[in-house]
Amino acid sequence: MTTGTPLIAVLDYGIGNLHSAQKALARQGADARLTADPGLIADAAGVVLPGVGAFGACMDALRGAGLDEAAHAAAASGRPFLGICVGMQMLFTASEEDSAAPGLGVIPGAVQWIPAGPKIPQMQWNRLALEHPDDPMFERLVDDPADPIWVYFVHSLHGVPDDDGVVAATVEYGSTVNAAFRLHNVFATQFHPEKSSRPGLRLLGNFVDVCTRA
Amino acid sequence: MIPCLDVTAGRVVKGTNFVDLVDAGDPVELGCRYDAEGADELVFLDITASSDDRATTVEMVRNVADHVYIPFTVGGGIRTLENARTMLRAGADKVSVNTAAVQRPELIEEIAAEFGSQCVVCAIDAKRRIEEERDRGWDGTWEVYLHGGRTPTGIDAIEWVTRAVELGAGEILLTSMDRDGTRAGFDLELTAAVTTVVDVPVIASGGVGTLDHLVDGVVEGGADAVLAASIFHFGEHRVADAKTAMAAAGVTVRPADSSAD
Repeated sequence: MTTGTPLIAVLDYGIGNLHSAQKALARQGADARLTADPGLIADAAGVVLPGVGAFGACMDALRGAGLDEAAHAAAASGRPFLGICVGMQMLFTASEEDSAAPGLGVIPGAVQWIPAGPKIPQMQWNRLALEHPDDPMFERLVDDPADPIWVYFVHSLHGVPDDDGVVAATVEYGSTVNAAFRLHNVFATQFHPEKSSRPGLRLLGNFVDVCTRA
Repeated sequence: MIPCLDVTAGRVVKGTNFVDLVDAGDPVELGCRYDAEGADELVFLDITASSDDRATTVEMVRNVADHVYIPFTVGGGIRTLENARTMLRAGADKVSVNTAAVQRPELIEEIAAEFGSQCVVCAIDAKRRIEEERDRGWDGTWEVYLHGGRTPTGIDAIEWVTRAVELGAGEILLTSMDRDGTRAGFDLELTAAVTTVVDVPVIASGGVGTLDHLVDGVVEGGADAVLAASIFHFGEHRVADAKTAMAAAGVTVRPADSSAD
């Protein structure tokens, strides 16, 4: 591994389109690879768990690819770990979307339906309210700290951790909806940084920086 | 705010009623420019039919996905679940279906079942129904047209929209064939008629000539998003100007990025 070019393993378990996340990380200077190779995942400076679609289907696919243990081990290893969308949801203990499919249990808590009221899914850009403004993942997402941080969401459920101190950011969508989480080395977003234009790319760049320093 | 790019053989083109096409640039370059100017999403419509060009479009989708970091939809020629799969795997976030879905509505169900409703946009081309026989003018309804507005179906647009959403369409891209290309503004009655009957996002399209038209689509038509093509491609207006106009009218929009590279 070249210094300054961290190897980042983007877990490839055969669902949907994972290229955007990998390409965006590469553009931010990482040696980002879509992979299902446990050896590569164990060697990586950082690990990304993406996901789109249904919780149960993603958990099944992750297990089917034999990557549930690799994901769990990576999150427990202390190395930088990033979960995105359903990848974030799978870090929780369980989801109301599919009670038959337990999650990875990295973040104690449940994934719950967005409270009734607004259109479901939330499929739009929304403004983050930062609960942990000093988190290195939120560094310089916008030029002026007073500027709102708009990011892109597609989701019907959101994570509700047992310890609400884990919530790193929220958005208003009918009610307050949890948008990002921080637990030790694990950071996870309900939104899609790889689809959130400049602030999203900067967040992924921050992840690359954290991996470089780790 | 969604710029729409018509593409053929891997290039963005601009024309009137599919004739007199003028080259308007490279899809990746234009996509990046619109992203930097604050576009919220992009729509690429493949206006060619030949299978050679379809392969070029898949390649284009892959290129766009590698370089443009906002959501984008690909439409035009999505006739089967396999077509949809190809585009989504190449990196499109959503596919839009039109003619094929009217001919075989199960297509919407099939794509939604495999990829989720959020991936399926139902594009509808609607035209006011005129009672020609007694020369009584518009009868207050709209009819669905196919093949880019050339083929009438006899199907009521409001009925089709309702059905499409029931089948799993996660979004409606609504184009007025009466207004498309006229620059006279959206058919706001059509927009309002659709937005009041469905609870999924509706994108208004067809007829934009000024920035005020975009505002009208949201404020009067109740659209969740507005789409325009020609006013952006040749630099007549910038996406950022559209955002500013909407914000000034009190519409909540994500502002254009002032720090664009």
